[in-house]
Amino acid sequence: MSAPRVSSRVLQVKPSGIRRFFDLMENMKDCISLGIGEPDFQTPWHIRDAAIYTLEKGLTKYTPNAGYKALRQAISRYAERSFGLSYNYDNEILVTVGGSEAIDIAMRALTNPGDEVIIPEPSFVCYVPITIMAGAAPVIIETKEENRFRLTAAELRAAITPKTRVLILPYPCNPTGGIMEAEDIEAITAVLREHPDIAVISDEIYAELTYGLKHTSIASYLRDRTVFIGGLSKSHAMTGWRMGYACGHSDVISQMMKIHQFAIMCAPTTSQYAAIEALDKGDGDVERMRDDYDYRRRFFVESLRSLGLTCFEPQGAFYAFPNVAASGLSSGDFCEKLLVEQKVAMIPGNAFGESGEGFARCCYATSAAELKTALERIDKFLNK
Amino acid sequence: MIKLLKLLENNARMPYSEIAARLNISEAEAEARVKELEENGTIVGYHTAIDWDKTDSETVTALIDVKVTPQREMGFDRVARRIYRFEEVESLYLMSGAYDLSVLITGRTMKEVALFVSQKLSTMESVAGTATHFLLKKYKEGGMVYDHEENEGERIQLV
Repeated sequence: MSAPRVSSRVLQVKPSGIRRFFDLMENMKDCISLGIGEPDFQTPWHIRDAAIYTLEKGLTKYTPNAGYKALRQAISRYAERSFGLSYNYDNEILVTVGGSEAIDIAMRALTNPGDEVIIPEPSFVCYVPITIMAGAAPVIIETKEENRFRLTAAELRAAITPKTRVLILPYPCNPTGGIMEAEDIEAITAVLREHPDIAVISDEIYAELTYGLKHTSIASYLRDRTVFIGGLSKSHAMTGWRMGYACGHSDVISQMMKIHQFAIMCAPTTSQYAAIEALDKGDGDVERMRDDYDYRRRFFVESLRSLGLTCFEPQGAFYAFPNVAASGLSSGDFCEKLLVEQKVAMIPGNAFGESGEGFARCCYATSAAELKTALERIDKFLNK
Repeated sequence: MIKLLKLLENNARMPYSEIAARLNISEAEAEARVKELEENGTIVGYHTAIDWDKTDSETVTALIDVKVTPQREMGFDRVARRIYRFEEVESLYLMSGAYDLSVLITGRTMKEVALFVSQKLSTMESVAGTATHFLLKKYKEGGMVYDHEENEGERIQLV
């Protein structure tokens, strides 16, 4: 018996290109991974404790489709306090299973087959597959190192066609560490004002992790055309809880809500209680972790440079994105050789789009001791 | 300054280079600030957190509640000073509530601790009564956890 025919839309999506790389790593002892994209902190104890308490009380039933009202209120307060954004908990906020679900359902709610979706790259690996699976067509903008991987107004204008329906704005950016400052956002906003049919999916999962500069959201300029996506994974070290949210115009959120309610029902109950605790009482945790990442960021980037690598100054997220082209190797070969010879894992930049070729992503949310050892090994690799 | 103190509170051996990097100041500035805090008495001293259970050294620790009759002019200070000068006394606090002083002492044996209480502490004129509690297990002290659990969840490579 042969397997049934599968969807051609799904077949169009390429499997992750770096799988082979991870398989290599799995059988390797004493390997230091700078490849993992999550905090090395545990979820703060008071958040875990709040979740345990709800389990003890037996609060294990479904929640409302949009998420508990108390959580939506907490998100509303948090968005106001942290980013100056104001959303009504009643019809403008939807609690999702991580930021990823929010991106997916926003895409499905905003596009028709044939619509074009503009995606700046290098960026998180999910945007192109999600666009394809929604039946829309990805249009890639290759952001440039010399522009600090920011999206420029000229690049955006050149990519817009009459079919453009969505712009993905992935800042602070995984893998580059690039951010968009207020003036950059204003320049983009001016272009978008000429095209009132384009919506923005703004993936701001790393919004709390900017260093020295406070994050600016495009939602403060184009509130009603923006789906603002956030979550607790990175800010509160809560990756496994799968807690994300989408905020936006009620006409869009209500359509996203339909997809969410039929596909997911509701985000996990225990995680929602944990999220209420995190948002209401976790600002200090966020600050403490950000300070610690900032130390490691400065130390790691400076060290990479002192080893002779060119490294753009990352101002957000927890990644450094050194330029490895001077080695004469492709990103893939560089990372594979480094892994085999010195047991340090980085992710080849082209995993995040063709324009990432020549770079490698290093996550510095790794203990300072491990970073030091990794740097010694990178030194041996480069300067042997 | 608070940030600097928090760093040293968690790791007294943190090198000036790391303090400097964490606070985004120069190494010389970090050293100057630490020296100043030492000189003005904000930093009282440096202490090593040791899990004595990992060694051959057998010790017992007791927490003793002490009821004291305060003395005219001196309040509790005079008797407190008499108590903390004994080198067995690790910590001494003045408490609110049912008793007045809380004394943490360490000895080699329970008998040694008992003798300290009965011969040294109880016999002081202003000590009106004591209650001794022996410590059975140390889970956390001075912000350090002594209780060794199984490893926490491992991070895996996704995507």
